[in-house]
Amino acid sequence: MSQMKLHDQSDRSTQKSIPIDWSYAEAPENTSHATFLKSYGLFINGSFTNYDESQSFNSINPANGEVLYRCTEASEIDVDIAVKAARASFEGEWGNFSGTQRSHYLYRIARMLQERAREFAVLESMDGGKPIRESRDIDIPLAAAYFFYYAGWADKLPYAFPGKSSKPLGVCAQIIPWNFPLLMLAWKIAPALACGNTVVLKPAETTSLTALKFCELLQDIGLPNGVVNIVTGAGKTGEYLVQHPDIDKIAFTGSTGVGKLIQQSIAKRQISATFELGGKGAFILFDDAALNEAVEGIINAIFFNQGHVCCAGSRLLVQEGVAEKVIDLLKNRMQHLIIGDPLDKNTDIGAVNSKTQLETIQRYVATGIKEGASCYECSGSLPNSGYYFPPTLLTGVSQSSTVVQEEIFGPILTIQTFRTTDEAIEKANNTPYGLANGIWTDKGSKIFYVGSKLKSGVVWSNTYNKFDPTSPFGGYKESGKGREGGISGLHAYVKLVNNGGMN
Amino acid sequence: MAEEQNKDLTSQSKSINSIPKTYKNYINGEFPRTESGRYYSVKAQSGKHIANLSLSTKKDIRNAVQAASKAHAFWANKTAYNRGQIIYRIAEILFGRREQFTNEMVLLGYSREAAEEEIHACIELIIYFAGWADKIGQVFGSVNPVASKHFNFSRQEPMGVVGIICPETPSLLGMLGLLMPNMVAGNSQVIVASKQYPLSACTFAEVLATSDVPAGIVNIITGSKSDLIPSISKHMDVNLLVGDTSLDTDFQFTCELESASNMKRVCYWESFISLDELNSRPDETIATCLDSLKDPYHILYVQEVKTTWHPVSE
Repeated sequence: MSQMKLHDQSDRSTQKSIPIDWSYAEAPENTSHATFLKSYGLFINGSFTNYDESQSFNSINPANGEVLYRCTEASEIDVDIAVKAARASFEGEWGNFSGTQRSHYLYRIARMLQERAREFAVLESMDGGKPIRESRDIDIPLAAAYFFYYAGWADKLPYAFPGKSSKPLGVCAQIIPWNFPLLMLAWKIAPALACGNTVVLKPAETTSLTALKFCELLQDIGLPNGVVNIVTGAGKTGEYLVQHPDIDKIAFTGSTGVGKLIQQSIAKRQISATFELGGKGAFILFDDAALNEAVEGIINAIFFNQGHVCCAGSRLLVQEGVAEKVIDLLKNRMQHLIIGDPLDKNTDIGAVNSKTQLETIQRYVATGIKEGASCYECSGSLPNSGYYFPPTLLTGVSQSSTVVQEEIFGPILTIQTFRTTDEAIEKANNTPYGLANGIWTDKGSKIFYVGSKLKSGVVWSNTYNKFDPTSPFGGYKESGKGREGGISGLHAYVKLVNNGGMN
Repeated sequence: MAEEQNKDLTSQSKSINSIPKTYKNYINGEFPRTESGRYYSVKAQSGKHIANLSLSTKKDIRNAVQAASKAHAFWANKTAYNRGQIIYRIAEILFGRREQFTNEMVLLGYSREAAEEEIHACIELIIYFAGWADKIGQVFGSVNPVASKHFNFSRQEPMGVVGIICPETPSLLGMLGLLMPNMVAGNSQVIVASKQYPLSACTFAEVLATSDVPAGIVNIITGSKSDLIPSISKHMDVNLLVGDTSLDTDFQFTCELESASNMKRVCYWESFISLDELNSRPDETIATCLDSLKDPYHILYVQEVKTTWHPVSE
């Protein structure tokens, strides 16, 4: 939620002549209170299915490459049972609840998440590799905030759609990615339940843990059986879910490539679908901006969550006059980033989520260099085990470079310059994506002008990577369809009928 | 002059003074023939040949999309007030030319009463949507109370270039029901006219050409849907497809399948009017259709929501 914290060690060390060791002592988060099982079944109809070793897969802790737990790969039959449970609940108990009743369950979920926040934060960092500071300060509190926000909508839906009444869609198939596991679960489940739907959700195969722990929480609050079903597994499980004939809605967050496949597969099926896909956000830095603040903004825009952010500001567009200075400041700032153990409270950059993703990042950087880019990366050693990649700048790139056009999903920032405002806008809009862009300037009127020309669902000005449950999020063009968050987020989970007598 | 010409057409006059119109495509404010050089015959209900229409192909779609893309920013950047006035002006021009449309509709099987009823409904619909131009953002936009020091607001913006697939009906209302929300939204459009009944679409191009609508904002193509729908669905510069709910399911399949190429949005609205129903109960049929088409949510569905975080500081 907040910007990355400033480490002012460099300023202080230059002011004093006596050599002092300003390096941080280790500050590991205690993990003893965060318990989890060695193996998990699926969560269907209010309880866990029996774990079956023959139908399971490992989940790796990316910080050390070791197996953290094993979970079940949901088969076509499992998915069918989960959808049936969701259907029965929709047509039964949950479907008959009033908005007020649904609202009360959602408030309880929000509260329980707040109470158990630290435990969830630790698990999130162990499972996905993200720094504990981020899971503690951003992921988990925001997940609770989304439940809190949508809890309040459940009994106020008649006010959300002027002239129309809303009805729930039915059974929602939801597929979420590995970059913000619990937060994405909250983005999906909270509005779906608020509007009266039931869900079958598939977490990403590398990050199932907080979704499975979330099920314990649902059991504790006594959410009726079948309202939320969690099926773990990889792409195949996702396919079973998307292709199930008895779902009414698909909500997918993930890559544009997979999004397109899903879109093709549901042609002619009359299923409501919303997509949150990839991005290639531009961070437009004008020469009138406060440069030191802007550099902090850039650090947050691209290195937040190891760059595993669909809306990451992965392209810096800097006005020519200040380009050299900004790059110097940025390089200096990067040297003070702490890369390493995700569970250390001082860590800025944790582990890359998986070996596969690490290889993707390596491949893209190699492609960038092959296409003529110069590469600058943080010096210093990386941990010996686990998956890590140093924050990296690629300069000397052009608009058509692969690394400028394609989403890398890692801590890689490309840098281009511009002279005029319109050139910046043109470059920012010139990718197939349109999820988010940032503007950094001291001039409010310029923010509104540039903001109105950017083809993206989100525009951050003098900030980046900010999220809030009241604030709609989603993309133009190939970055998706529909919005999550705010009133717009409700549209994705209802069908509207005329109230009549409107005209 | 146009009226006289149509009167001649309607009365099936054998006089040498009858000058039937050549119906052509409408692209970038001009009336070019199809690049394919091919045509097809459109017949009256009586079976008599009325006109040779352009049997357009991929190339015409390409030209139209190019024109629409180029014109888009100009239309999108107009103030809401101005856009509303330009749309209102369409209604004014259409009113002056209503005879031209009723004559063509009668030729295609409408009772005169039904045709007149429908044209009035068309004018009503255009005025209805013109009025939304500067209100849609007020009703559906929002200032979002985020938990940080930001002024955060969401507003609707145009989606871009839309492919509109008209219902197979002589109705003008059917096309306008799909077109007007998109015009108000600030989109620019490529319209695939009805194959069998393209006259009202083509004649509507004359209304547009003589109104204040900038060139390229609305482009109209005639031809075979099985040629035109795949090429518009695949086009990477088209952001959205809008059809009506009666669209052939195979065509719907094509739209949805090919839309994945660049994640186009696809929506269908009820804008089909059955000729039989219309002729037997014109009042009721038109009223029902108008009621379903007068829906501001249609504007919402063809726009994108943009959320801006603006800093608040001393």
